Amino acid sequence: MNFSFDLNSIWFMLVGVLFTGYAVLDGFDLGVGALHLLTRTDEHRRIMMNSIGPVWDGNEVWLVTGGGALFAAFPMVYATAFSGFYMALMLLLFALIFRAVAIEFRSKQPMKWWRNLWDVSFSVSSIVSGLLLGVAMGNIALGIPLDGEHEFAGTFLGLLNPYALIVGITTVALFMMHGAIYVVLKTEGELHEKVRGWVNNTIIFFVICYVTTTMITLIYVPHMTEYIKAHPVLFIVPFLNMLAVANIPREIYHRRDFRAFLSSCCAVIALMALFGIGMFPYLIYSQPNPEFSLDIYNAASSQKTLGIMLIIAGIGMPLVLAYTTAVYRVFRGKVKLEPTSY
Amino acid sequence: MDPLLLSRIQFAATIAFHYIFPPMSIGLGLILVTMEGLYLKTKNPLYQQMTKFWVRVFGLIFAIGVATGIVMEFQFGTNWSTYSRFVGDVFGSALAAEGVFAFFLESGFLALLLFGWNKVSPGWHFFSTIMVAFGAHFSAIWIVVANSWQQTPAGYHIVGEGLRARAEITDFWQMVFNPSTLDRISHVYMGAWQAGAFFVLSVSAFYLLKKKHQDFAKASIKIALVLAAVASILQLVSGHSSAKGISETQPAKLAAFEAHYPDSAPADLYLFGWVDEEEEKVKMGIKLPGMLSYLVHWDSDAPVTGLRAFPPDKRPPVNFVFQTYHAMVAIGMALILISWLGVYFWWRRILFDIRWFLWVLVFSVLGPQLANQLGWFSAEVGRQPYIVYNLLLTADGISKTVTRGEILTSLVLFGIIYIFLFVLFIYLLNEKIQHGPLADDLIVEGHRA
Ligand code: HDD
Ligand code: HEM
Ligand code: HEM
Repeated sequence: MNFSFDLNSIWFMLVGVLFTGYAVLDGFDLGVGALHLLTRTDEHRRIMMNSIGPVWDGNEVWLVTGGGALFAAFPMVYATAFSGFYMALMLLLFALIFRAVAIEFRSKQPMKWWRNLWDVSFSVSSIVSGLLLGVAMGNIALGIPLDGEHEFAGTFLGLLNPYALIVGITTVALFMMHGAIYVVLKTEGELHEKVRGWVNNTIIFFVICYVTTTMITLIYVPHMTEYIKAHPVLFIVPFLNMLAVANIPREIYHRRDFRAFLSSCCAVIALMALFGIGMFPYLIYSQPNPEFSLDIYNAASSQKTLGIMLIIAGIGMPLVLAYTTAVYRVFRGKVKLEPTSY
Repeated sequence: MDPLLLSRIQFAATIAFHYIFPPMSIGLGLILVTMEGLYLKTKNPLYQQMTKFWVRVFGLIFAIGVATGIVMEFQFGTNWSTYSRFVGDVFGSALAAEGVFAFFLESGFLALLLFGWNKVSPGWHFFSTIMVAFGAHFSAIWIVVANSWQQTPAGYHIVGEGLRARAEITDFWQMVFNPSTLDRISHVYMGAWQAGAFFVLSVSAFYLLKKKHQDFAKASIKIALVLAAVASILQLVSGHSSAKGISETQPAKLAAFEAHYPDSAPADLYLFGWVDEEEEKVKMGIKLPGMLSYLVHWDSDAPVTGLRAFPPDKRPPVNFVFQTYHAMVAIGMALILISWLGVYFWWRRILFDIRWFLWVLVFSVLGPQLANQLGWFSAEVGRQPYIVYNLLLTADGISKTVTRGEILTSLVLFGIIYIFLFVLFIYLLNEKIQHGPLADDLIVEGHRA
């Protein structure tokens, strides 16, 4: 199959861009959440939370918009995947609710039990969100059973297979690495030195998970590698990914924290690209009956809608990028606790 | 209970809960713009104190609105997948536009609104406040467009047959400006302004009664009362226009609102009543004969299509929507009365001294909240048995692969979590209100005014 620049392929990429934006941005703030309980004092925990304070909501909007774009561009996928993954999605929603309110509520009361309660819900919900997103990706990569009507024909427990779980854990590991570097970037003093120490551990954890996932994918999920094997230039993507990961410890060592963070962003982007390339042109691969798969043609909206959406994206996304950049610029630099902080 | 009923209950419960918060943010957003604008114009630190206090309250309301909104974004796919396949081509783009245009705007500038006081200049801060209010208004547009399309579909054609049929867009602007969009968006906006205005009135009146933060409370009341009085009158205008609209686009709904049964005859307007759906008539009611005909056609003898023109299985639950609709209208009238009485007392310069009236204001916050919920229940239940009016039945719209057990589980969990959230919300809101505005916020550039 050859890559042609029709609207369907463009929307495959654009939906991918939205979810990649989500992974890069919310990835670090889910990671900060996952690491949250490793800090002990109230002040450190507040700093951790406030490092993402002004940006977490905007980060989550990438998921919301990705979901909306999927609904508009590939309604069949939106319908099949979301109803098929019903329980998993509900858990994800509950986790996201708890995460949002934990951030809002935690520092509103001084009681120790109150703060501990919300610290734990913040951390657990961050880990659970990352895990579930990873498990969902794992299943989509592995392929799920669909019937002739493109409806999900599997079970909830079937979604908790070993491969999906490993992808889930890898995702959490990735986010922890990404989050740790972000905290290094945003803090100073004691907490800064402490988190700096964690970075290497998170990298090692991630690399182990990543290598395992890659091996299993190569052996057991051959359809994910077909497209890339057919187009060898694309091997540049996993190569860049490895380079980016390998570069992180070097930058951290030289205390070039911002470059370390950029490197980590590149690693996330490359991983998402790899996933996209592996899936193309499928959106949901049907296993065991590949002929029932949903791809960018049989799952798509009409050309008219895809065209309208392209206009919407063309007007909207530059604006989004402009104010996202503006917000990150205003809040750049080390976190300082202020009366308005969480 | 079957999966259909469970999904309907779950959707109604989660959207109704979500809809407690957005109207307040929309209305409060507008009030924040006014307060901060007055501060920049007059440099009176009282307005700064007001802005900062209401911004803190706004942050709390907004956070829960966000947390519950995400649920809605995914629920079309989880519980209504057949419906999602059917409408995706048409209103998926409205939902995506909401994310691209509105949510990013809101969430980005919200950060500056809440945390940017010392990071950006006062002018930029004011700009952020405007953008947040603008974004909140904007997000309402897209979602109401989507909903209006399923009430009064336009600008589409049907492709495919049976349960595989789906609507495809033929004209984007016709889809956006379908016959009910403008009426409904204005009605929703006015409802939201009322929600924000009466909320501010309620808290401020409470301070006056407790003899606390008097200057703050008086200034807040003045701003909110203007908005409340204007929005309440406009709400009547827009509600009337909606009713006229549905007399053409959704006659079965209008007939159910007033329990008007005869095929085609002049219709009455009930002040209240109880509909006996078996006998097809209203009991214990007081009616204004010919009034519905008059309101719709400016002629009390003009015929209005009645419920008997529709087979019983194509009628909405009559008594239910009759009651919700009448309660909404009654509340609407009460809000007009309260707000204009307030204006009158203000004009007579006795507004802040009449304790019974201040108590009325304290409880008035419930009015718009209830009316907003009742209004949506009327509009949505009045659309039954269709999920997309005249095109797709609600019973056909559900996800076929999701089991009863799964929906029951999620429904129970939503119930528990939302009750917990609501209790916490009220608790924290109460704390903020008891705590009141900060004296420090009266300090401008280092010295107390
Ligand atoms: C864009 C779509 C959309 C929007 C903006 C809303 N709804 Fe809705 N609503 C639906 C789309 C929908 C739906 C998915 O189409 C449902 C599910 C079952 C049905 O018949 O319609 C529905 C059902 C539904 C029901 C149950 C009716 C029944 O099953 O008898 C209630 C009570 C509400 N909604 C209430 C609301 C409220 C309080 C809203 C305000 C925020 C609201 N809806 C906005
Ligand atoms: C089923 C329909 C709806 C869906 C899918 C939905 C979706 C969402 C989502 C995902 C968010 C969070 C955005 C963020 O992360 O910043 C949100 C918040 C919001 N929604 Fe909804 N929503 C629905 C109904 C409505 C309605 C009917 C209105 C108004 C008329 C509305 C107005 C808002 C506003 C103003 C916010 C910002 C938060 C707040 O003000 O509380 N929404 N919604
Ligand atoms: C004052 C008299 C009022 C009249 C005559 C009136 C009329 C109507 C009508 C006819 C509808 C159905 C529209 C449709 O299904 O398309 C409606 C819906 C609604 N009403 Fe009212 N209304 C009034 C007051 C209020 C008040 C005070 C509020 C809230 C503060 C409110 C909130 C709503 C909402 C949220 C809806 C659902 C959204 C919509 O369909 O527009 N209404 N109203």
